[in-house]
Amino acid sequence: MLKVNKLYKDFGDLKVLKNVNLEIKSGEKVVVVGPSGSGKSTLLRCLNLLEQPTSGEIFFEDQEITKPKIDLNLIREQMGMVFQQFNLFSNLNVLDNLILAPLKRDKLKKQEAEERAYNLLNRIDLADKANAYPRQLSGGQQQRIAIIRAMMMDPKVLLFDEPTSALDPEMVGEVLDLMTELAESGMTMIVVSHEMGFAKQVANRIMFMDEGQIVEESYNPADFFENPKEIRTQQFLSKVL
Amino acid sequence: MPMLTAKFLEDFQSVFFTGENWKYLANGFKITIQVTFFAFLIGLVFGIILAVIRVAHKDLKPSWRNPSGFLLNLLNKIANIYITVIRGTPTTIQLLIMFNVILISLDNLPLVAILTFGLNSAAYMAEIFRSGIQAVSKGEKEAARSLGLNYLQSMRHVVLPQAFRNCLPAFGNEVITLFKETSISGFIGLIDLTRGANILVSNTFKAAPPYFAAAMIYLIVVYGLEHLFNFIEKRYLHA
Repeated sequence: MLKVNKLYKDFGDLKVLKNVNLEIKSGEKVVVVGPSGSGKSTLLRCLNLLEQPTSGEIFFEDQEITKPKIDLNLIREQMGMVFQQFNLFSNLNVLDNLILAPLKRDKLKKQEAEERAYNLLNRIDLADKANAYPRQLSGGQQQRIAIIRAMMMDPKVLLFDEPTSALDPEMVGEVLDLMTELAESGMTMIVVSHEMGFAKQVANRIMFMDEGQIVEESYNPADFFENPKEIRTQQFLSKVL
Repeated sequence: MPMLTAKFLEDFQSVFFTGENWKYLANGFKITIQVTFFAFLIGLVFGIILAVIRVAHKDLKPSWRNPSGFLLNLLNKIANIYITVIRGTPTTIQLLIMFNVILISLDNLPLVAILTFGLNSAAYMAEIFRSGIQAVSKGEKEAARSLGLNYLQSMRHVVLPQAFRNCLPAFGNEVITLFKETSISGFIGLIDLTRGANILVSNTFKAAPPYFAAAMIYLIVVYGLEHLFNFIEKRYLHA
């Protein structure tokens, strides 16, 4: 579903991604871990082209999306993204946050969009907050709404950029629960996260990034945490576990 | 002191209630309000357009090679020059140039004033809106794009509504400045509130009553505008 070939990304003199290659199949749940500054977020942001790669190719469903003249908005519609800072639209209430993109992108009619919004809100037990504004909600509530906002577009893959890092500890659980539920429903997910418990429980594959490269990758998360092969992985895990 | 007050009141009466003298101020006031209002509309619309051009240019970094990029680069250059020239020259000179050079064939004084003050205010409003737009969280812009909204859609539905709220205080100041700045309309012979007061002074040889009355009227309107903007700000913040 997603394929990355020889991806490089520089910010000025700083080389953030150095030859990243990966392929992700439909239904996979990939967790990316690594020290800060290792390029995890940049990699994720390159996938939906919020960052323009310096060189390399990205394919989404066999279509090269790094080519010029591609309709980026059409691609982004199909890739939901969840951010560390939630990024709900602060000028809109919860319901309008949810239905804005489906309406403006002509994906759903107003009534369908509202129906879908309420269905998803009911799923996360926040239907009573439909008319609330983001600043009236807790961080955990905001992030769960950000997740269902991405779901509104019925995306083929969801990208999570450290979705729990900005949350108070007692709210991390509710967000991880929702993500686990999504994973179980078969959603393809790429998650940049420091939540090792989530990684062990949900990921079918785990990647360790350092200095702009994928250093180690494993289809057995439990084994990855217990027997990391690379020295850099061992050093990192010894610090965080 | 009581004698002075009595003298002032007497002068006041003789100045304003001899014949239809008061009409100079009333009609002048009407012109001042008219010019301010329409100039404000022009400044608002044109200011937003200038601000969006400058911000879009900064966000999108267009290339000169493709047609739409070329257009945006060109518009941005024009907008920059426009804002520099307008902010770098006195409004009085702009008014005189409009009246005597650019709009020489236009035989409608209020319209000349409206266009001058409107185009002048646009440059200032553009800068206000630009800072308001740039204060909107980068994350929300990215979230809008990540959902597939195009640049203009994210501007229209997410960025601009927040930008308006951000710049309401500065915006209120600009409206008040614009209102007071129209008092130079007399330079092109337009009889606004200030010029009306001036004529009264020449006609009656009494300076204090007309000038103080005009000042009072300006003050009351500004006071009203301040309260109006405070009210709008509060409503917006609660929304």
